[in-house]
Order: sequence, then structure tokens, then C-alpha cells
Amino acid sequence: MAFSIMERHKKLERNITLLGVLAFAAVTVGGIVEIAPLFWIDNTIEKVQGMRPYTPLEQAGRDIYIREGCYLCHSQMIRPFRDEVERYGHYSLAAESMYDHPFQWGSKRTGPDLARVGGKYSDEWHVQHLKDPRSVVPESIMPTYQFLAEKELNPGDMTAELQTLYQVGVPYSKTDIAKANDDLKAQADPEADTADLRKRYPKAQARDFDGDPKRLTEMDALVAYLQVLGTMVDVNAPAAQEDLAKEKGR
Amino acid sequence: MANDKRIDEATGVETVGHEWDGIEELNNPLPRWWLWTFYASIVFAIGYCVVYPAIPGLHSATAGTSGWSSRGALAHEMKEADAERAGIRAEIAATPVEQLASNEKLLRASIEGGRAAFKVNCVQCHGAGAAGAKGYPNLNDDDWLWGGDIATIHQTLQHGVRQPGDDATRMSQMPAFGRDGILTPAQVQDVVSHVRVISGQEKPSGSSQRGAAIFAANCAVCHGGGGEGGRNVGAPRLNDAIWLYGGDRATLTETVTNARYGVMPAWGSRLDPVTVKMLAAYVHSLGGGEAAPAPAAAPAQAAAK
Repeated sequence: MAFSIMERHKKLERNITLLGVLAFAAVTVGGIVEIAPLFWIDNTIEKVQGMRPYTPLEQAGRDIYIREGCYLCHSQMIRPFRDEVERYGHYSLAAESMYDHPFQWGSKRTGPDLARVGGKYSDEWHVQHLKDPRSVVPESIMPTYQFLAEKELNPGDMTAELQTLYQVGVPYSKTDIAKANDDLKAQADPEADTADLRKRYPKAQARDFDGDPKRLTEMDALVAYLQVLGTMVDVNAPAAQEDLAKEKGR
Repeated sequence: MANDKRIDEATGVETVGHEWDGIEELNNPLPRWWLWTFYASIVFAIGYCVVYPAIPGLHSATAGTSGWSSRGALAHEMKEADAERAGIRAEIAATPVEQLASNEKLLRASIEGGRAAFKVNCVQCHGAGAAGAKGYPNLNDDDWLWGGDIATIHQTLQHGVRQPGDDATRMSQMPAFGRDGILTPAQVQDVVSHVRVISGQEKPSGSSQRGAAIFAANCAVCHGGGGEGGRNVGAPRLNDAIWLYGGDRATLTETVTNARYGVMPAWGSRLDPVTVKMLAAYVHSLGGGEAAPAPAAAPAQAAAK
């Protein structure tokens, strides 16, 4: 019996078309079993309170974060282990990166995790640390990013960027998209009226981030992005804690 | 690829029957240990799928008979760790921060707990060894802006420095003497000369003598007549070699011209009260810690220390 299966298998090995078709079928089944459930099981699509799309300034900061390769050394994913939770804060939720295209979970921690770095340090600290990491963390091996404070922020057309993100599922409103370029400038301008911006982007922080109110620099954008990381969802609120306690099978 | 199995003469083992340009393959059986490990892995995998969450369904994966979840495991571990520390934390919570020092066991626990919390929350500015950096005070020395006894340190930790929205925060505001036009650039230089004289970095000069008068009129009210500082207003001591921003001429000129407004977060609203107490005990233990001032101590005396 075993002999005859081996014999038939030889037929498959010698017919390239048949091998291709059946190999494709095998990979398809495996792919469906592994990937498809992620689109419907509750674990990966859990709903949380407070998530909003990034403001144009934060999004521009995110682009700089990616451009400079920050993700090569910094992860944005706090795993549910005691050592991580006690150091970085509440573990990350899937929904907290749902507007990230692409997400920045990362797999390498040369530097610390940044998933909840928002609000942990002052803007001044971030600016000083980015300009010269050794001045605040003597043992740091992070490169210096002095030039960010010198370069004018020139992210291109933010309306187009928000429109693109909208098309991949980030729920920007029509107003958000139309006003993107104005929002970008207003958020880092202490003189600007930001009531409307704050209404459309709840809990958005609008101020001068880089210590130079006259200019809109790349430093403004990056610090604005860092200061919003992990702050949108109030994970320690009683309602959120109750929901998480009900979780099973993860 | 012919299919003619034969016994290989040299080894006495059957070949698999394939032949490529004279190269043939012996059909040796798998090593027993390997084969049994392979079967054992299959059995283990089946058991694992039963005990742990494994097979995805419509809303969630099968829960597994053990009911394990990574979040549940974390909650359990945190609860255990909390329970382990609950006793000592309750004792620290019940003890006023001034009296921690009188209880050796609580003091030691507080200092260790504070050391851990310091590494997470404070080293970014004050440095791993609490030696500070430009703009961030060194906590090892005995120069204190607001006071170095444990209750004062606790108050600073609790409410921060220039923390917006905290009524009890440490607030001091040195005028920007140069920028606001209170002193001319030349006068600023004279004051800087005087400050460098009283801190022992320069010999008296004509400039410093003019500066002494300006100092007496503008600075002495907070920093004291001899530059000994004033803790009730958080004015740094100027007649020693310890500088927050720097004692060289350029830095001092910048300080007198634009003033400095460093900030520290109010940790009372971020950390629990026990951790703040622990941090106070740790910072107090670092070397600059001072005894609580006697209730009747005159302000001048406290400033001189």
C-alpha cells in the first residue's frame, strides 16, 4: 500500500503543471487558515474608545520618524509581560495602531519602546535629546538629529497624503482633508486659533513644540508625533479595564 | 531518472532508485532518536492544541482547557507581585514621609523602591547616577534650590517645578534682565563679573565693582546679599562652584539676559503616593540629604546650609 502511494507521488513530481496546481492549492489552504480568521475574530478587531486619525502635523512627524529609520532601533509594541508593563506602561492594543500605515511595531529594541512615550517627557527634553542624546542620557548610542531643528518642515501636500490615507481606510472627514495644510501650520503655531482643529481631532495638543515659535521645523512635527504616541486610548479607564478583563483566548 | 533499485556494493544498503549522471542516493533509514522525537512532537502538538488556545473560530480561537491567556497570565503575575509588596507598601502609605527615617526597615524598602522608580521616571533628565546635566540639577550634592530635607524633596516631587495647572508647584520667576531691558548689555556684563568674583572664578575688577552695586539693587533680594541663594523662592546659590546651567561668562550672560525656566513634572498626579514617598526617600539618601530643619530655624540659617 505504502509502496503504491510512493509510486503515485512520483507521477506528481514528474509533471510540472500538476505539481504547480497542487502546490498552489496546498499554500492556499494554509494561507486561509492562518490569515483569514484575523479579519473576523474579536482579538484582532477589538474596539476601543478614543482612537482618532493623526493630525497632519503628527502624520508629518510620523513620516520623518520613518524617513530617519527610527523604527530600526525603536519598537512601538508593549507586550503583555510584567517587565515591559512596569517599564513602559499598559500593553499595546491592536486598535491603537489601526490608523498606522504601515504600523511601527518593530522587532528590534536597541533603544526603548516608544508605544507610550507620549506625555512622558517635556517637549524641551525631546528637543534636547534629539539634538544631542548624550546630553541627557550619557550612555545613549542614538545618533544626533540636530538638523531636524534647522530644517523647515516641508512635507509636501498634506491634503493629498490625508486623501491617500482615507482611501486605505483612515476615517478623515472631508473638512480634515480640505484643511490639512492649514491644520499642519496651526498646530505648531501658538498664535493660531486651534479650537476647530481640537474639535475635529479630540485631545490634540497644539503648541510650539521645538522651542522656536517663529519657525515650523521638522523638529516640531517629530516631537508632536512622539507626544501623541500611546495617549489616545485611556487604557487605565475603568471601562477599558472592564472590557479587557472579559478577553479570552489570547 | 531510471527506477532501478539495487544494493550498493560498498555499504550493502539499497539505493532509492534514482540516478543522476552516475550519482545515486542510499536509502538509509532515519535515525531512531530522530524519528521518535518527530512522533513525540506530533503528540505534543495535539496536546498543546487541546490545553491552550489554538484553533480559530468565528469570534475567537478555542479557549483551551487550561483557560490560559497572555493577558490573564500577566494580570495574575502583577497581582502576585502586588500582593508580595502590599504589606510594606501599606506601612509606607501609613507613615508620614518625615518619619520614614526612624523606621530602618521601611526606609530601606523605600530607598530600594525609589531606586527602581527613579530608573524608570527620573534618569532621563537627572541621569542614571542622579548627577544631573545642564539645566537638570545634580541630586548628589548638597546644593538645593528648594531644600534638601525629605519633606521638601517630597513636596517638589509631588507638585513639580513650574507645572502648569498645579497650584502648589514650585514657581520662581527670575526677570529676563537683558531681554526686558531692565539692564543694559554692559550692566549685564558687570553683574556677570560680580557673580564670577563671588564664585571665586575671577579677581575683582572695575567691572565687578560696578556689578556689585547692580547685584545689590536687583539680585540680592532673591539670591541674598552675598549670593548665598534663597530657598523660599528657589533662588540658586551663586557663591559656590555648583552651576545648574554653567558658570562661564557666556552661559551666565545668557542666564542674566533671558532668565531660565526649567520644568519638572508633578509626579503626584502620575505616580501613586507610595512611589512618590519612595522616590523622596531615595533622592534624600543620595548624599545631599539634609536633616529636617528645626521648627524655629531662621530662614537665613536654612539658606546658608
